[in-house]
Amino acid sequence: MAILAQAPRPKLMTFTAPCTAALAAAIAFVVGNAFGTPLVGLAIGAVFGFILAALLGQFAVPRTMGRTATIAFVAVAGFSVGALGGAVAGALLGAVISWFFYWLHTGAYRRAVPVYYTAAQTLWYNTFLFICGLVFFFLIAPLLPVIWLSFNAQDFFTFTPEMLSFDPAGYSLKHYRDFLGTDEWMVPLKNSLIIAPIATLISVTLGTLAAIGLSQSHVPFRQAIMAIMISPMIVPLIISATGMFFFYAPLGNWLEANLGLNQSFVGYVKVILAHSVLGVPFVIITVTATLVGFDNSLTRAAANMGANPVTTFFRVQMPLILPGVISGGLFAFITSFDEVVVVLFVGSAQQQTLPWQMFTGLREQISPTILAAATILVTFSILLLTTVELLRRRSERLRGLSPS
Amino acid sequence: MQIKNIVSAVSVLALMAGTASADGEMANDMTLVSWGGAYQQSQINAYADPYVAMNEGVSVTWDESSAEAVAKLRAMNEAGNITWDVVDVVASDALRLCDEGLALEIDADEDLAPAPDGTSAADDFGDLMVGDCFIPQIVYSTTFGYRTDMVPAGVEPPNDICDVFDIDTYPGLRSLEKRPINNVEWALLCDGVAKEDVYDVLETEEGQERALAKLGTIKDNVIWWSAGADTPQLLADGEVFIGSTYNGRLFAAIEEQDQPIGMMWDAQVFDLDGWIIPEGLSDERLARAKDFIYFATDTQRLADQAKYISYGPARLSSAPLVGQHATLGIDMAQHMPTDPANAQNTFLYNYEFWADYRDDIDAKFQAWLAQ
Repeated sequence: MAILAQAPRPKLMTFTAPCTAALAAAIAFVVGNAFGTPLVGLAIGAVFGFILAALLGQFAVPRTMGRTATIAFVAVAGFSVGALGGAVAGALLGAVISWFFYWLHTGAYRRAVPVYYTAAQTLWYNTFLFICGLVFFFLIAPLLPVIWLSFNAQDFFTFTPEMLSFDPAGYSLKHYRDFLGTDEWMVPLKNSLIIAPIATLISVTLGTLAAIGLSQSHVPFRQAIMAIMISPMIVPLIISATGMFFFYAPLGNWLEANLGLNQSFVGYVKVILAHSVLGVPFVIITVTATLVGFDNSLTRAAANMGANPVTTFFRVQMPLILPGVISGGLFAFITSFDEVVVVLFVGSAQQQTLPWQMFTGLREQISPTILAAATILVTFSILLLTTVELLRRRSERLRGLSPS
Repeated sequence: MQIKNIVSAVSVLALMAGTASADGEMANDMTLVSWGGAYQQSQINAYADPYVAMNEGVSVTWDESSAEAVAKLRAMNEAGNITWDVVDVVASDALRLCDEGLALEIDADEDLAPAPDGTSAADDFGDLMVGDCFIPQIVYSTTFGYRTDMVPAGVEPPNDICDVFDIDTYPGLRSLEKRPINNVEWALLCDGVAKEDVYDVLETEEGQERALAKLGTIKDNVIWWSAGADTPQLLADGEVFIGSTYNGRLFAAIEEQDQPIGMMWDAQVFDLDGWIIPEGLSDERLARAKDFIYFATDTQRLADQAKYISYGPARLSSAPLVGQHATLGIDMAQHMPTDPANAQNTFLYNYEFWADYRDDIDAKFQAWLAQ
């Protein structure tokens, strides 16, 4: 970082201070908006930002001291408006503003760009990073209130004053108890965990076989067959669901009447088959994509050495296309696990799945138990994906491949 | 690994298939359809749990689909696959299902228990047995709740239906149901129409225009709701000052959730909710459904439900048995919509009128909303 040492300090009064003032004004505008006076906030923020930058810059306050002082000052200001919650929010905002000031003041904003970059190029580079940050923010920010509200002590989707001031009385785990302790949620969870894995297994098996078959050049009408297999992904779900309802109802009646199967068992079979159909296109698409890079001379070589097609598939082809099969399987699993329209039509109450319960719960009783369920599911899927990714890297390392 | 998965999954399913055995002539599995929430919980506590305790081996599944019961029963009938055994619906839906032949006709003397003093079920339910298929369960009302802390200083809390239309005295948003039923009656009442003339006026084009015009005076201040949980949520947020919903929802918000909400009972609209049995069940399932209905609608069971929710039991003989709330210990009688203090000015949902005019006025209302 030799460049950093040489980076010229930008002018305080014409660059650093106005920029800090602009950021503080923008933040104060949002805060003021919450109190109904956005323009007053804007003005206070601009003045505060400018004076802060001028003081810190003029007296060359060391970074640690300057940041601590700013954080403490804004936290105290926040505390006077909104108690403990205000203090925490104030400390966060103070940290952001003071970081921004030193980032500008020390010239660190030019650290990552070559010295010959013009001001406009540097601006664009940092704007680009900012846009990337915004993308993440918009992806993740909506989840945070959900997680926060799931600890609400009340039965409403409301940030109570107790919650905002971090009073322990405003928080409780009762929605988690509701989720984990009642049949109302545990039965749907169990149903989802029965239906989704079996449906995934069926879609992965059928989808992989179909993809391999469709990648053979001698199969007639490949395009048409492919289009039909992909169609569940393209046709609006509500239309597939209606069709499936009328298709599976007589099938189920027949199974019950002629094979003497129990109604609930037949219900599971119907939902699992319907979900398998929805999952197949995802598997076909991902496996077809990995097969594009598959070298067919390998299967010929295996045949040449006396392996039959089944052995060739499991020993040669399958390991090589496994990443595609696994990601297709994940998509199929999530499709079934998240699916609400088809199961509402095809399933009966005994097959009530988690999304179904969430759907009716949101409509009939706006209860934060749904938020607790959502938080648990989000945590669960993050853990699941992390585990799969770690295992994949480990196996690649063991096989001597570099992780891609 | 995968093979193990398959084996365990198949064995789980096989276990489920194993429960198919029948108890004599009655099916052992029963799917009850209701509305979810506190209401369904009260039915579980008062009806389903005692019934299961008395009938070893019976398992009950709940489906929270009452809101779309008519559409789903039609579809099930088309497909010849009725998966519901007993369905909780509002009286107007029961009338439609009965007319379409989707609900079973009930013989009150044979299918329902007489009152403890020997009064026949038909007399005990009285006028509430609307149509041939409907078995009444509760009387509920659609009424208003308001934020007690948002009443302007020096002003009486609202106690008149016309306070809803009085934006000057009671500023703030209102929440009203996104359908004409109830709203147009209230609007006409506050536009100077006498209560007994409301439906005569509503039959005419001008009357309908007049009701919408009155609603138009507060249209900019209304949030329209479609699920019963919306108004309690909006009130809890302090987003609306006053809003209509079912009285049991308001009771739960006030007494169980300690929200600063007050009840305004003026011009509350009574409606009925009850059971129907779908047409087309197999003999064993029909026998089970009828056995459950006989038990769940007797005098004591209907009174028991009022321990858990503030809806009035539909039987005359149940009223004296209404006691205290099961967990809060408060006297439930004063929270019933039918309590004399609350029922000074009431409507009863006009089934005949709305059967004839619902589609027409609904279309006008939706067009008016979109303007």
